[in-house]
Amino acid sequence: MSTSTTPTTPQGKVADFLDERLSISKAIKSNISKVFPDHWSFMLGEVALYSFIILLLSGTYLTLFFKPSMVEVIYNGPYVPLKGVKMSEAFASTLHISFDVRGGLLMRQIHHWAALFFIGAMSIHMFRVFFTGAFRKPRELNWVIGTVLVLLGIVEGFMGYSLPDDLLSGTGLRITQGIIAAVPVVGTYVSFGLFGGEFPGHDVVARFYTLHILLIPGLILALVGAHLMMVWYQKHTQWPGPGRTEGNVVGYRLFPVYTAKAGGFFFVVLGITTLISALVSINPVWMFGPYTPDQVSAGSQPDWYMGFLDGAVRVMPNWEINALGHTLSLNLIVPALVLPGIMTTLLGLYPWIEAWATGDRREHHLLDRPRNAPVRTALGVMSISFYLMLWISGANDIIAQTFRLSINQITVALRVLLFVVPPLMFMLTKRWCLSLQRRDREKVLHGHETGRILRLPHGEFVEIHAPLSLEEQAEILGKMDVAPMALPAATDANGVAQPAAWKARMQAKLSQWFYGANVSLPTRAELLEAQSHFEHADALEVEATNRHRTYEAVGGVLLAPTEDGSSRH
Amino acid sequence: MANISGSSRRRPYAGAVLLLAALTTTGAAYAVTTSAIVSPKSAAASAEQIELGKRLFTEGCSSCHGLAGQGGSSGPSLIGVGAAAVDFQVGTGRMPMAQADTQAMRKPPVYNQEQIDALAAYVASFGAGPGVPDPSQYDFSNANVARGGEIYRLNCSQCHNYAGKGGALSDGKYAPSVMKATPKQIYEAMITGPQGMPVFSDAQIPAKDKQDIIAYIDYLQNAPDPGGAALGRLGPVTETVFMFTAAIGAVIAVTIWIGAKSR
Ligand code: HEC
Ligand code: HEC
Ligand code: HEM
Repeated sequence: MSTSTTPTTPQGKVADFLDERLSISKAIKSNISKVFPDHWSFMLGEVALYSFIILLLSGTYLTLFFKPSMVEVIYNGPYVPLKGVKMSEAFASTLHISFDVRGGLLMRQIHHWAALFFIGAMSIHMFRVFFTGAFRKPRELNWVIGTVLVLLGIVEGFMGYSLPDDLLSGTGLRITQGIIAAVPVVGTYVSFGLFGGEFPGHDVVARFYTLHILLIPGLILALVGAHLMMVWYQKHTQWPGPGRTEGNVVGYRLFPVYTAKAGGFFFVVLGITTLISALVSINPVWMFGPYTPDQVSAGSQPDWYMGFLDGAVRVMPNWEINALGHTLSLNLIVPALVLPGIMTTLLGLYPWIEAWATGDRREHHLLDRPRNAPVRTALGVMSISFYLMLWISGANDIIAQTFRLSINQITVALRVLLFVVPPLMFMLTKRWCLSLQRRDREKVLHGHETGRILRLPHGEFVEIHAPLSLEEQAEILGKMDVAPMALPAATDANGVAQPAAWKARMQAKLSQWFYGANVSLPTRAELLEAQSHFEHADALEVEATNRHRTYEAVGGVLLAPTEDGSSRH
Repeated sequence: MANISGSSRRRPYAGAVLLLAALTTTGAAYAVTTSAIVSPKSAAASAEQIELGKRLFTEGCSSCHGLAGQGGSSGPSLIGVGAAAVDFQVGTGRMPMAQADTQAMRKPPVYNQEQIDALAAYVASFGAGPGVPDPSQYDFSNANVARGGEIYRLNCSQCHNYAGKGGALSDGKYAPSVMKATPKQIYEAMITGPQGMPVFSDAQIPAKDKQDIIAYIDYLQNAPDPGGAALGRLGPVTETVFMFTAAIGAVIAVTIWIGAKSR
């Protein structure tokens, strides 16, 4: 690689600097010239990443002072209301971090808020990916990695939350132990193994500690790495818009624009986390007191990401099967093992479930606007509302207390709502999406209502409609109309019934359910006709054939066109 | 429910008590002033006092509790509940009950202390019951707040929550917040066991331990929150609500702002 010509672009300069030392300019240059599309919702994953970095940094600080030991000590620190109280060393060292270590309490609060944030940002990022269809081929594997990351985040958070060995987290651990013990056949053995004997034992904090600071963060880090590599390699998806096709990526180059933006954004997330941690208390373990199995507090709730499980256990009727001298605790097995099992399986496999139901196995690099996939959007809202109902159940006592309601009635109501609200949300969302589609169609055909009224010479009043901007048109016309599969004939050409066709029929029915109600886009003829109504209609060249429109680049946004249209660079 | 008394734990905590006193000057000062106001229980109820009590009771209470406190369809019998129960119920404004409800609520008291004493004396005349405690009984200036915390967590927090913020009980009943209860009322609540609350006799929680509990509740009432805004001290539920509104809201607002800039 020759360096005789001095590079002028920023990418070139960086590549040049590194090349003179490492001879890798080609790889660097092509990588840092990579183009990323821009949209606020694409930054949610970044929030998760930055929260994780904050967790690594604040967690490392905590390890300097935390003692993962359940040896009993008598507290003799500065916090008077616990002076002389027996507690585990883990709890005592958490008090020490809170009240003696410089910046310790702030660091604990940063660590805990960042943990809530981390899993929250992951979830919202996941919603974004779901509702835009970004999980579709070829990105299904990254969706699976994402599902695993959320699960690992929840486990990691739960273990961290248990480390201080306080009354609140100990209560959570006790419930978890009950759930483990409820597993048929092996449950009690697993419980004894995990806790090193009868609950609470003397081992669990030290074991959780190793998992919490070593194994699970390591796994998360590795998977985050894989996740980002895949985004890199497969390129980011983009919203339909002017100049954006399935074959290109429109956005900013990684260096310098994106690097600067991302770096700045890290500090924004760090700033907000620190500000909140400095101003708002979280997990005041000194108020909860140390864990002992004979104590419990009203209003014992877990951190938010475990709330749905707690809620599921709370609404589950108290069913048990007693047979042959054994008890099958359905009241725990169903809500705490079967239900989350089903939920995560459906979540992880959703890309394939949808591909199978729709028969759509093409690659997708342009995103769907949520309204343009009404059934998917409705399924998403339905699932979220189900989760929310469980979540609310987890707070049933706080709701009863705050609003002076009967906890029994709330629980009964939630049992009903759990099955009524989600289907209702499905129907409402689907209808709403379809009406938005209809409005979009109206808009491309008739433009915006301007509110200006024109009186024609013969006295008639008409409202002036303004044509849509290029971006608006491209956004609406970026919709991909999919024809649902046709029902295969029940009988073959000779009139003989085809029982084997049931599978194809079912799939066709599903596909019709998925796409059938969609409002189709106007045809090219309709569009041209509509345009001639606008004043400067001839100035607009709208290519109505789907997806492969070419527009001018707007607003200084860079284009990264592909050489052959198929491999995206 | 066991108590965790034990002589091994009774150690002179001079330093701790000093620090506590500094933390809770207001609470202590309050305890001193109230003990000055309350007429000592030992002072025998005078005839006029009973007379006043009878008049007030007939006017304000008999519609529900019956003319002789024998109880009725809208109120339980008061025979043998004792002066402490009246002092607690009327002193916390629970009685007279405004309307039939799942549970009488704490509200500003309707009667002044002199009238309450009269009502208490009158109701006590129906039959013997726990008397209004003497100020020395709920004086917690020598109490051990940390021990109080342990006894509180063992006996009270399952209903009243770790921070005394209260909690839900079954069928719309609830354990109220203890953040406004005075030392005397805390003591009375323990000896009379109002509503769904059990009675904590001296056999269960010795008098000394009761003072420790009072010291701890007093600490809760005045405790600062070293971590910042405490979000009602209700635990993870309010933290969650805060996270998904203020915190995530702030971050999303920033992403939208940055996103808008790039257009
Ligand atoms: C509207 C009806 C009503 C009125 C008026 C009323 N009470 Fe009550 N009272 C009740 C009910 C019902 C209860 C039991 C439930 C509760 O306390 O919430 C009760 C409970 C009590 C108790 C507690 C009994 C126990 O077992 O510990 C006392 C003491 C008491 N009332 C005193 C009074 C006094 C003194 C007055 C008058 C100032 C009064 N009440 C007026 C309805 C009433
Ligand atoms: C089984 C649940 C339960 C337990 C355990 C319990 N309480 Fe209560 N407590 C209640 C209920 C219910 C009330 C409300 C009574 C009413 O409204 O008349 C109450 C009322 C009180 C009040 C009056 C609050 C106010 O300001 O009006 C105090 C003080 C109190 N309790 C202190 C304690 C202490 C101290 C302990 C532990 C020794 C304790 N409680 C244990 C249920 C409980
Ligand atoms: C994957 C991300 C992580 C999550 C979700 C997470 C979550 C948590 C939570 C909720 C707590 C309870 C804290 C409290 O309120 O006091 C905690 C404690 C702790 N975490 Fe993490 N954590 C993560 C990563 C890490 C890492 C990477 C380290 C160390 C290198 C670490 C070290 C610690 C320590 C030492 C404690 C106990 C100290 C204390 O509670 O004061 N954590 N963690």
